[in-house]
Amino acid sequence: MNMIAPKRSRLVLVGNGMAGVRAVEEILARAPQTFQITVFGAEPHGNYNRIMLSPVLAGEKTFEAITTHPRSWYEENEIELIAGEPVVTIDRAAKTVTGALGTTRPYDVLILATGSNPIIIPVPGHRLPGVIGFRDIADVGTMLAVAKTHRKAIVIGGGLLGLEAANGLLRNGMDVTVLHLMPTLMERQLDPVSAGLLKAELEGRGMRILTEANTAAIHGADRVGAVELKDGTRLDADLVVMSAGIRPNIALAKDAGLACNRGIQVDDGMRTSDPAVFAVGECIEHRGAVFGLVAPLWDMAKVLADRITGTAETDYVPAITGTRLKVTGVDMFSAGDFMGDDTTEDIVFRDARRGVHKKLVVRDDKLVGCVLYGAAADGSWYFDMIRNGTDVGAIRDTMVFGPSIAPGAPAGVETLPDTAEICGCNGVSKGTILAAIDKHKLTTLDQVRGRTKASSSCGSCTCQVEALLGLALGGDYKAAPKVKPVCKCTGVGHGELRKAIVARQLKTIPAVMQAMGWTTPDGCASCRPALNYYLLCAWPGEYVDASASRFVNERMHANIQKDGTYSVVPRMWGGTTTAAELRAIADVVDKFQIPSVKVTGGQRIDLLGVKKDDLPAVWKDLNAAGMVSGHAYGKALRTVKTCVGSEWCRFGTQDSTGMGVALEKMTWGSWTPHKTKMAVSGCPRNCAEATIKDFGVVATEAGWDLHVGGNGGIKVRVTDLLAKVTTGEEVLEYAGAFMQFYREDAWYLERTAPWIERVGIETVRETLADPATRKALHERFLYSQRFSQDDPWTDRAQGAEAHEFKPLAEVS
Amino acid sequence: MDGRTTIWMDVGHIDDIPHLRSRVVSMPGCDIAVFRTADDQVFALYDRCPHKAGKLSQGIVHGTSVTCPLHNWVIGLADGQAQEPDEGCVHRVPVRVREGRILLGVGQPSGVAA
Repeated sequence: MNMIAPKRSRLVLVGNGMAGVRAVEEILARAPQTFQITVFGAEPHGNYNRIMLSPVLAGEKTFEAITTHPRSWYEENEIELIAGEPVVTIDRAAKTVTGALGTTRPYDVLILATGSNPIIIPVPGHRLPGVIGFRDIADVGTMLAVAKTHRKAIVIGGGLLGLEAANGLLRNGMDVTVLHLMPTLMERQLDPVSAGLLKAELEGRGMRILTEANTAAIHGADRVGAVELKDGTRLDADLVVMSAGIRPNIALAKDAGLACNRGIQVDDGMRTSDPAVFAVGECIEHRGAVFGLVAPLWDMAKVLADRITGTAETDYVPAITGTRLKVTGVDMFSAGDFMGDDTTEDIVFRDARRGVHKKLVVRDDKLVGCVLYGAAADGSWYFDMIRNGTDVGAIRDTMVFGPSIAPGAPAGVETLPDTAEICGCNGVSKGTILAAIDKHKLTTLDQVRGRTKASSSCGSCTCQVEALLGLALGGDYKAAPKVKPVCKCTGVGHGELRKAIVARQLKTIPAVMQAMGWTTPDGCASCRPALNYYLLCAWPGEYVDASASRFVNERMHANIQKDGTYSVVPRMWGGTTTAAELRAIADVVDKFQIPSVKVTGGQRIDLLGVKKDDLPAVWKDLNAAGMVSGHAYGKALRTVKTCVGSEWCRFGTQDSTGMGVALEKMTWGSWTPHKTKMAVSGCPRNCAEATIKDFGVVATEAGWDLHVGGNGGIKVRVTDLLAKVTTGEEVLEYAGAFMQFYREDAWYLERTAPWIERVGIETVRETLADPATRKALHERFLYSQRFSQDDPWTDRAQGAEAHEFKPLAEVS
Repeated sequence: MDGRTTIWMDVGHIDDIPHLRSRVVSMPGCDIAVFRTADDQVFALYDRCPHKAGKLSQGIVHGTSVTCPLHNWVIGLADGQAQEPDEGCVHRVPVRVREGRILLGVGQPSGVAA
């Protein structure tokens, strides 16, 4: 018997953006296997979350992280994706569309989702290279590229998108000026009070904001050079971002003869003037209105899918929308009629010190609008009441304080109805999230994100999604640990900071502070040494050590003592010395009347009580006898302690002293997150105490056991076994690779013991077990050592950094 | 001239002190630490932390504060006050910068040797 599959209707979507793809998803949910679908996209990739471009620009997210529909999604749903080819003609009589490269597809149903274009103000010079809009990932790429080589950016338009662009450019180290035509920022979303708070916040981050600034012309020869205002002000510019609004992209529809006004005109069922053609998203005009926010798109996509699949005769009814600004650290929400009029009353809460301003607008016991600045967690609660027209008469007295006024109570997700929208970016309600948690047995935030997309975009609803997980799972849910910031100057944690320095090629302390949004002009005594180390580690040979960001001991190359004198420890390789060295030390002690001499725990000699002014002369004499700095003062390789080993000891199995000297020759001078100590024992009796060192080597009959992550100190930790090796070369390679892994991965002031507890010994073992990775780490270590194995004492004994040791003036 | 008249003593050029650093004017009794901020403000304090007399001249300078190298007390350069929760105050020394020269205000005339 012959089975002939029913022929599927051909559905073509023009525009591979958020609205169009959401419409396809809604159609597939209602009628799978019904349509043979083709999607044309002008951009050469799958669909991404356009409203998340700002965090990509700010370096907080990657493009991959905002990709909502990778190519595999199209394949799994048997959708033909023609990416990188814009559609140029629609033949409505033949029912075909044709792309710029000549690809033609027939359709039974056509959906136009061509989106919008940024408005480029046609002032003289607007076509110069360096003048761009902020609309797609290519614009972000342009901005990031310009930020690498140029300093001055001007953003025209202080609306939502303009300020997000300005913030992103600022975080990329650019000097940013925002020109805004109106007297206050974001006047379509903020009242003047909260706009003032926002302006102050952004100016505090170093943004320059000119309001009532009317652009007259853009100047430049081969690319943009300056912007001139109507009042004659001239501002230098290497980049101009126009963010003065958007305009529906109707060119294609207009050419095809579809009814267009400002946008492509659609009826309540999202149908254009041609019954076979639908339109959705920012390209449309519905009852005279055009759209620029994401939430209405989700409603449109549902109506369109109902109609195309014949599921229901629903109509699109415009709903009130809410807005959040995606600028990290700025917490704001506004919705509805937030300005009010003669028939409304305001309820206002202000806490100037915390920078909080809440304004609720009430008409006839109903909430009609709100602006929340500085504390926007309750936004969805207010928004839900606005949308539902809830009678607020009974809670009017207290509602400005939020759904739960008891101190310390949660933001109150349990008080929200199931219809309440939790994730505004992706249009996900409380009910949808709870149903997904229940149905798919979700237990983590990431699983909820994957399944529902809630909290996967701007992340501002993350704590509410976590609260819902807590509500659904009770005590079984454990929230992800909060990242501890480096210090009070920033909200960024060490891990994120280290990644950003490498990924964004940040190469100076001011560049890091600017890019990562430091709140203080030049940091503090906690973050500056950390930054100096991270940069030194990331850019060996390139980064110039900032001595003003070093602790005194590392700057002076000696340890400050409680009376302001210093201690000096010369290096003794593997704990070995000679009569000549000891004689020289004795002479130095006599000559400079050094009050105290002591043998240290790391097998070195410590000269205590040296006066600061004497340091260069002490070093000169020690240098003359062949001794160099022992780095006993640094977050650096300190000492390699050894036992005598097979050369003398009747139990010794290997030459532990020789191995210790070789290790120390390789690793001396290297800067590390915290002090690093090594030891080599010649037999398992372990007289050098190698199993409480950061890197300990214990000789056996068969070779060498390598141990890591031990320390003495307040909390003693015994090492973990890293590997067993047979040759001396392997010991050195493992040691260098381990040092480099620790140098690149640990947080500043984190010794190997807590670092290993944090990342897990398995991670360290697996990383170093791979020969290629180990070799690469070792090579990076040796490369970095090329720039750090200069004796700091020699330079200073010869007069370098003299200002460190001599007073500015002496008064008798 | 009575003993309370301020004498302005030239102790060096502002560029003798690197940015975000300090240098000492050694005096009988107590040294004076002279600080230079990132934006070229100059301050002078006795070089003794109010806590355990640590040398503030050896601390890390940030904004208009210095962190003492011994126990991380943060001292305001303009007022000499320890930042909360610590309590204490360092003696301030009047300072002026004229055409790049740093002038310290001291109580009585003294000989100066650089």
